[in-house]
Order: sequence, then C-alpha cells, then structure tokens
Amino acid sequence: MLDSKIPAGKLDDKWVDYKGHCKLVNPANKRKMEVIIVGTGLAGASAAAAMGELGYKVKAFCFQDSPRRAHSIAAQGGINAAKNYQNDGDSVFRLFYDTIKGGDYRAREANVHRLAEVSANIIDQCVAQGVPFAREYGGLLSNRSFGGTQVQRTFYAAGQTGQQLLIGAYQALERQVALGNVTMHTRHEMLDIVKIDGKAKGIIARNLITGELEKHFGHAVLICSGGYGNVYYLSTNAMGSNVTAAWKAHKQGAYFANPCFTQIHPTCIPVSGDHQSKLTLMSESLRNDGRIWVPKNVGETRKANDIPEADRDYFLERRYPAFGNLVPRDVASRAAKERCDAGFGVGTSKQAVYLDYAAAIERYGKIEVSKQGLSNVSHEQIIALGKEVVKEKYGNLFEMYAKITGENPYEVPMRIYPAVHYTMGGLWVDYELQTTVPGLYALGEANFSDHGANRLGASALMQGLADGYFVAPYTVGNNLADEIYNAAIPTTHPAFEEAAKKVAERIQLLKNINGTQTVESFHKRLGKIIWDKCGMARNEEGLKQAIAEVQALKKEFWSDVRIPGEINEYNPELDKANRVADFIELGELMCVDALNRNESCGGHFREEYQTPEGEALRDDENFMYVAAWENKGDHDWTLHKEELKYDVIQPSQRNYK
Amino acid sequence: MTFKQMFTSSVGKKLVMAFTGIFLVLFLVVHAGLNACIWAMDGGVMFNKAGHFMGSYVVPRVLEIGLFLGIFLHIIQGYMLTLENRSKRSVGYAVSYKDGSKWYSRSMAILGTILLMFFIIHWKHFWIPSRITGVEEIDLGNGFVVHNLYAVMQETFQSLWVVIFYVISCISLGYHLAHGFQSAFKTIGVHNKKYHVLISSIGYGFAIVIPLVFALMPISFYLHWVN
Amino acid sequence: MSQNKMNLKLKVWRQKNAQTTGAFVTYNVEGISDEMSFLEMLDILNEKLITEGGEPVAFDHDCREGICGMCSLYINGKPHGPWQANTTCQLHMRAFKDGETIVIEPWRANSFPIVKDLTVDRSAFDRIIQAGGYISVNTGNAVDGNSLPIEKQNADDAFAAAMCIGCGACVAACKNSSAMLFLSAKVSHLALLPQGAPERKTRVLSMVAQMDKEGFGSCTNTGACEATCPKEISIANIARLNSEYLSAGLTSE
Repeated sequence: MLDSKIPAGKLDDKWVDYKGHCKLVNPANKRKMEVIIVGTGLAGASAAAAMGELGYKVKAFCFQDSPRRAHSIAAQGGINAAKNYQNDGDSVFRLFYDTIKGGDYRAREANVHRLAEVSANIIDQCVAQGVPFAREYGGLLSNRSFGGTQVQRTFYAAGQTGQQLLIGAYQALERQVALGNVTMHTRHEMLDIVKIDGKAKGIIARNLITGELEKHFGHAVLICSGGYGNVYYLSTNAMGSNVTAAWKAHKQGAYFANPCFTQIHPTCIPVSGDHQSKLTLMSESLRNDGRIWVPKNVGETRKANDIPEADRDYFLERRYPAFGNLVPRDVASRAAKERCDAGFGVGTSKQAVYLDYAAAIERYGKIEVSKQGLSNVSHEQIIALGKEVVKEKYGNLFEMYAKITGENPYEVPMRIYPAVHYTMGGLWVDYELQTTVPGLYALGEANFSDHGANRLGASALMQGLADGYFVAPYTVGNNLADEIYNAAIPTTHPAFEEAAKKVAERIQLLKNINGTQTVESFHKRLGKIIWDKCGMARNEEGLKQAIAEVQALKKEFWSDVRIPGEINEYNPELDKANRVADFIELGELMCVDALNRNESCGGHFREEYQTPEGEALRDDENFMYVAAWENKGDHDWTLHKEELKYDVIQPSQRNYK
Repeated sequence: MTFKQMFTSSVGKKLVMAFTGIFLVLFLVVHAGLNACIWAMDGGVMFNKAGHFMGSYVVPRVLEIGLFLGIFLHIIQGYMLTLENRSKRSVGYAVSYKDGSKWYSRSMAILGTILLMFFIIHWKHFWIPSRITGVEEIDLGNGFVVHNLYAVMQETFQSLWVVIFYVISCISLGYHLAHGFQSAFKTIGVHNKKYHVLISSIGYGFAIVIPLVFALMPISFYLHWVN
Repeated sequence: MSQNKMNLKLKVWRQKNAQTTGAFVTYNVEGISDEMSFLEMLDILNEKLITEGGEPVAFDHDCREGICGMCSLYINGKPHGPWQANTTCQLHMRAFKDGETIVIEPWRANSFPIVKDLTVDRSAFDRIIQAGGYISVNTGNAVDGNSLPIEKQNADDAFAAAMCIGCGACVAACKNSSAMLFLSAKVSHLALLPQGAPERKTRVLSMVAQMDKEGFGSCTNTGACEATCPKEISIANIARLNSEYLSAGLTSE
C-alpha cells in the first residue's frame, strides 16, 4: 500500500501543523549529518543552499561544468506567487485551485496547497537574494498573466526569469561552498544509489573528466535531476538533460509515477530539418499579446501578411472565447495540432501555425500616441512606436527567433508549433518528498507531485524553489532526526564496493559492444517512436506497437552501439550512451503507463477518449489515481495505485470556453 | 585593506597607471603651453623667460621631481603589466581577434616604447644640457641672464631626421592619448554614461590638439616659420 | 525556407588532455544546410568521425538556446563566431559561405586550462563567485518583496548586468585574459541593489583578490570583451567596479 503520509487536519492547516510538529535535529548533530544532492538546478541548488545554511554537511553533484548551467536557467516566462499585489482577486486558494484544475485533477491536494502557501515566501527570498525582477516606475514588483489563469500573478525578469532565479540559488549555493558547508562536485554523474539495510545511504558517481568511479556516503540522498523530456530526442530540454539519476533510483526500488504525463508546449520554433538537435521554446508570455491563427482555406498559398482578416481563423479565440489565446498549454497544443492535421498548417512543412504580433504592435502604438500626447500621427509612426514597446517587452525572444529562422518577427508573423517541454511524471514521492526507498528523496521536476496531468505556465520554477528552499529542509530534517544515532558509514562498506563494481561492469559492457551505430542515431530513433506514438495524441494500437519497437531498439542498442574513446578519460559519447540506455527503458514504461490509462487528461490524450468537440475526456471513476510503477526486472513493472481524494475541490470537466 | 594591498592588485596597478597618466596629461598641457611661447615672434625672449622660470624656481623644480617619479612609475608599471598580462595566455590564438577593439588600444606598450625612446632623445637634446652639461646663455637685459634654449631648439630642428622622429613620436603620443585619456577615467571609476561621453570627446580632442601643437614646433623651426 | 547546401573545411584544435600539447587537424564536411546551427554542423562531423572509427571532437554545449553559457568555441578569430550578441549555439550556418575554411579554437587563457579538444575548465568563475558574488541572506530571513522599492533605472541596470551567462567569452576575447567584465557584471548587479549594500565593500575587494589569485590578467579597457559578449554586458560595469574598488579600498580599515 502506498502511504502518501498526508497530515491529518484541514487543508489550510496541514503544512503549518506539519512544520509545528516535525522532528528537529540540533545544530551539533546537523554538523554530523551528510546529505547528498544530485542535480543543481532550481530544486537542487536551493536545497543545497538551504540545507547548508542549516548546518548539514552537503555534497552536491552536477554533470555540467558549473551549477549555474542547469537547465532551469532556460525558463523564460516567469514564476507564480499568490501575492495579490495587483489586487485582482488572487489568493493562496485561487493559486491552489488553478493549479489543481490546470493539472486536470490528477495532483494531490495537500501538496499543491502547500506549494501555493510557500509561493509568496519564494518571491520574498529571491528579492532578498538580489534577483532583479521586473519593476514598475514606482519601484514595486511587476506582474503579468500566464495561461490557465485570470489573474496577474506571474513575476518575471524579462524573458530570463529562470536564469535570474537560478543565478540567485547558485549564488546562495556558492556562498555555502565558500563557508565550507557544501562540497560541490561538478562534471560528475550519479550512476547508482547505494542501499544499506533498505535505506539509501549513498551514491556511486562518475567523474566525467577522469572517468573514475567515486563512492559517496550520505544519510539522505536527494534527487533533483529534472525531467525526462529528452526521451523524445527533440525537446526544449538541454542536450545533457537526462533521466539517469531518477532511473537508477527507480531501478533501486523507487516507484516511478505517471510517466505518460508529458507536457507539449504550444509555442516553439518548428523543426526545420533532419539535422535538428533540439527545439527552442518561445515563452508562453508571448501569448499575452500575440494572436494565434491559421488560414481558413486548405492549401493557402499567399504570404501571411497578404491573407486578409476574413480568411484567417483565430482558432483559439474561436474555440475558447473566455481564455482565448491564454488557454492552458495542453489545450493550446492540441488545438494547433488539430488544425495542422486537418491541413491548415503553414510554412514549408505545414506543421506550424502563426503567432501574430501585428495587432499588438498597433494597439501598443496607439497607447504610446496618447501617452506621449501626439497628434496627426501616421499609421507608420503608430507601428514604429508599437514596435518599440513590443521590443522592450519581448525583444530578446524576437531576436532569438530571428537568429534561428532568419525571419524578422516584427514584420512577419512567427511560425510556431508544439514541442516537448516538461514532464509532470517522475519519481513517486510522499508528502515529505520521500520516494518509496527510505532516505531517498526527489525534488522539483524529478518528482511527480504537484502538476497532475498538466503544468500551468510559471509553475515549474515555483515548485523547484518551493521544494528546495521551503519543503525539503523540514521534511528531510524530520527523517534525519532518527538518523543521528547512525554514524557515517565508510565507503569501504561492501555495499559501496559492490555497487561500484556493478556500475563499472555495465560501463565495460557498453564499451565492449563496439558495434556500428552511434549513440545519437539510437536516441533519434527512440525519440521518433515515442513522439509518433506516445506524443501529443496516443492510441492503444500505437502504444502497443511502440512498446514492441522500443524493446527491439533496446536489444539492438545493446548489441550494436559504438562508443569511441576510452573509459578512463573525458568521453562525452560514453556519458551519452549511459543516458540513452536509460531513456530507452523509460520510453517503454511511458508507453506502458499511457496504455494503462484509458482516459484523456491534461497532457495525456488518448484518441479513443474524447468529447464530440475533441476535448479530453477524463474518467474519474476509474482513473482518479496516481499510477506508481515498481520495477520488477527487464520489461517488467507492477502498478501501484495512489487514490486521489478531493476534499476541497470538486473535480469537473475543465472548461476554458 | 592596506594601501599596499590596494595598489598591488590588478585593479590597483591600473589605478596607478591611471593616476600617473592623468598627472602626465596635465603636464603635457603645461609643457605645450610654455613651448607655445616660441610663436610669440620675439626671437625667443618670452620662451627663454618661461624656460628660466621652470628651471630656477623651487616650486617647478619640486614638481619636476614629481613629474619624473610619475613618468618612471608609469613606464615601469606599464611594462610590468604588459609582461604580466602576456603571461596569462601561454598558447596564443591562430587567428587573432581584431574587430572588437582599436589597434592602438591593444598597442599601448609599443606606442609607449616609442615615447620612451623619444624621451631619452628629447632629454638628451634639451633637459640634460639645460640642467647638467650647460647651455649657452643670453642676457635679456638688466643682467637677466638665462639659458638660450630657443637657440638650442633652432639648432636641433635643422636636422630633417630629428624633425621626422619628433613628428612620429607626436603621432604615437596622439594614439597613446586616444586610448589612455578615456581609459584612465574609466579606471578611476567614471561610469556615468553622460560623463563618459563627455570624457571620451575631450579625450579625442586632446589626443589631436596636444600632439599637433608639439609636432608644429620642430616643423616651425625646420621650415623657418619662426626665427 | 529554401535550404542551401555547402561544403566546408574545418581547422579544429585537437588536444587529448591538459597534459599533452595539441595541434590543428583539418576536416571536410559536406552537404551542410544553411539552416543548421553551428553545433549541429559539428554534430554531423562527430557522427562521421565515430562511424569512420575516429574520435569525435569534444566541445561543451548544453541548452543550445543561448542562455546556459556552456558553449564556447573561438571561431575564425572571434569568441562565439562572427555574429554580434550571440552564442555559438545560436550561430547558424547561413553566416558562412560554401567552400569557406573555418578555424575553431578553444578559449585560450591559462586560467581556463584545456580539458580536451575544445572543452576548457572554467571553474575559476565559480571560485570568484564564492569569494563574494552573493548576498548573505539565509532562507527564511526575507521581508516582503515589495517592502523595498527599487528605482526602476537601477533595477533595469542591475538586470542588464545580471544577464551575464558566465560563458567566458570576455576572457577569451581579451588580450590580457582578464575576467573583469564577468566580475564587474556581478559586482554591478549586486551594488546597484539596496539588498547588496551591506556587503558592498568586502564583496568587491575579495572578488578582485580572488580573480587575481586565479591568474586572470588586468583590464586595459580595450573593449574587446564588450564587443564579443553574447549578452552585451556593458564595459561601463568595469568602470563601476573600479569606482567600487577605489572607494572600498580607500575607506576600508
């Protein structure tokens, strides 16, 4: 039975009561407790900083050359917080409600409420750290709106909010490094969890520069290694983003929850050719002002600017008048796919829709005219003024678009198409963020907990920092209080030796294959299978095929992959091979999970289950649960269900019309 | 933090360069101003008086010591910084990065070396005779006897090679100032955009005017614009 | 979008590790589309090398959207290649012509030792941040975010400085291998905000000391760093750092 350890009591009081009653570790004992943190993005860096500040001996690991490079840095739009600075009716409850609803009622109420409660503290903490959020002329913080909400609660720093938040957490982390509380291991990859007496007691990490395997002890191990979107090969994730740490945890007994809940972001730059190595996101904030449309006629040949209003179909505004272009991501993505599949797509590939700023430019231009008190202004001048405003708000995004596509988005509508962006699924954790392996925790995108079947924009940054700064320090401490009687275990312990030996053997096995195909080519093939059959729309037949194909791919990988270079040197191909091997296994589980979930909800859309209008059709009676998968061996998983109980919110069909 | 620590850090060493540089810039104004007396068209009377004032009174003599200290500090520090900075990249690039900066900004040490050679020759022409080995004297009336530096100049600048060397040195000075003037102010911390634009403009003007004034002196003598 | 294909000659710096010396090796790549990114072109080279039994070229890269600062490469005599305000990962092949020879070198500075081929070790930057590039505020100490209004101009300037991605192009571009643009971006970011005021003096002094210890050169204001910076960090930040240093140095005990 899965025990999610949700505290008793009223929803509003659960977290307060928990904090009031959890066990504490006294300062002298904290100095003896060692905590391992894998991954140093928002969740990992903030956890390392916060735990270091408390006095724990923290060892942090990241595969990049510096913690500042973790992929949290690429988040553009913003971070939500229930501050209600705009006086537009926001509250902790409303943020909680929007997040549950946005997640299509597949998230845990208690976790999400806690997230909404600490959201305000995050903003305060970041401001205190010197994160330069956007401000109004009065010197106070500025907000904007995001998809799936009707209030302005998103704090931002131009199009680089993730960067600024990560730099804030990174600086806090480096401060702890300087103070000696955190030891930072960069260019290290975790390759296994070491368990002693059923508890996580350390990790085996590979030094990516020398190839050496290292054994590290910890009273607790925190996995903060992000999501697994790169299983699709093409995604908005960084090239190095991987599932390896989470997957090793899974293989050691941690259940993997809802792997089929993946988020496809509606506004990305479309694929241009086979050479493509990654996809680039255009912030959701662009939907604040941009209008999305396709031509009304199939086979339209005119250029975008030559198509008159009457021949344009603003399909989001048409289908969802209440939220218009600001519907949640899953809804917007599916609507774009529907139009393209029906033959209305634009661009050479016909797999794109227009994101048009012409109306916004004109609107802003007119506002500027009245602001500056100008008269007798020509249309050209209005447009020029409007472009200036748009440039100030979204300049960096427009520049990025121009660099990648060679087109000027101030003049012609941008072409966008959905792309894999975020994974709601992840390691199953209880209220304390502990996995099913005692002593092993998962924070941030690596866990499954807060976003249900679909994440709202500007909520990932919130969750990462909530887990790291404000949740884990309490919940991990609560469990470490029982560990004070256990001294550090030397890494000469047989469990460490054995784990290291197994990792070394696997690497040797990979290297010895010495086949003919590159790691990259396997990754591309895996991505294509998963994207085609477990992507934006799934069906039973496709998923069954996908499972068979992935199993075959796994066999082929382990008999024909070619890894150049040596084991004991800097060898990025070997690192990649280790990761792709895990992605292949995860890909299979994703399809298994998607096949099991006979309903459509959030990012998981099963073609068999939809309303006559093509909206997702949930089955609350049979599927209102978290699917937590236990690994039993090769291609073998057992399903454990955590029933979701909604005490406060009444689930209904999501309606953005 | 002690003054020693402060002025021996990388930023501190640059501060020394900047302060001595600005001091030398001020000296150039004085020097150019005094030398401009050659164009008084009075056969060098005013110029010789000015020279006498600089060489015979306590205040200018004390300032002169300061000037020498400043020059030597600027030169020694400049060379040490150049060597030190070069040592930071043991393996160089096959293709060097030229578009991002002006050639003269990258060539301050070479320009400075030309100026150092100039100083040595310049001192040999004027300062050493005036202060040490002796210069022919002239009576300006009422027993007011001064060194006839004007005559020394007239004589020195009859050689075409000397004139060419002086002109090349003045051009070097111009480029050295074109970078040095505004760089010095950046180093002492002027970061306000408004002032930065002002200083850059003054700097470029200064880098043209002062070397031009200096260059016209040997040319004037050589072409007999003054006698 | 029409795709133009081109053939290119690449002169790439190959070096096994920090202990060995390296050399340029020339490769030909064919059928490169002008829609590709520069790194995708290198991916193609690497795929070819692996298939032919060779060793792929090691280079750092991660986000490939110009924000993580991981990619480096000194291309045809300029960090991050010919485009302005750009990172290597955002450089696209339409910047080059068919038949062109492209010289690819690693960042060169003794403070950035070569790990392998085009990959260098930039951990010196982390240590500079450790020396004081933060505001000492423990989690939970914060007051309400709006309790401290900040003049918009200062907030904007702080943000412009905080945009630094720590890629090291400034060091690579500088003839002195100076890290002053990187350092000044952090000092300016924190000095412009009231939250950074209590540690203003100690921060600048100890960060400069650490930079010197790491073996970076000193700044001679040539402006090469600003010209190549992918995030267009202004050299005015260096002047601000100097003024911070001067006043901190003169007024500290």
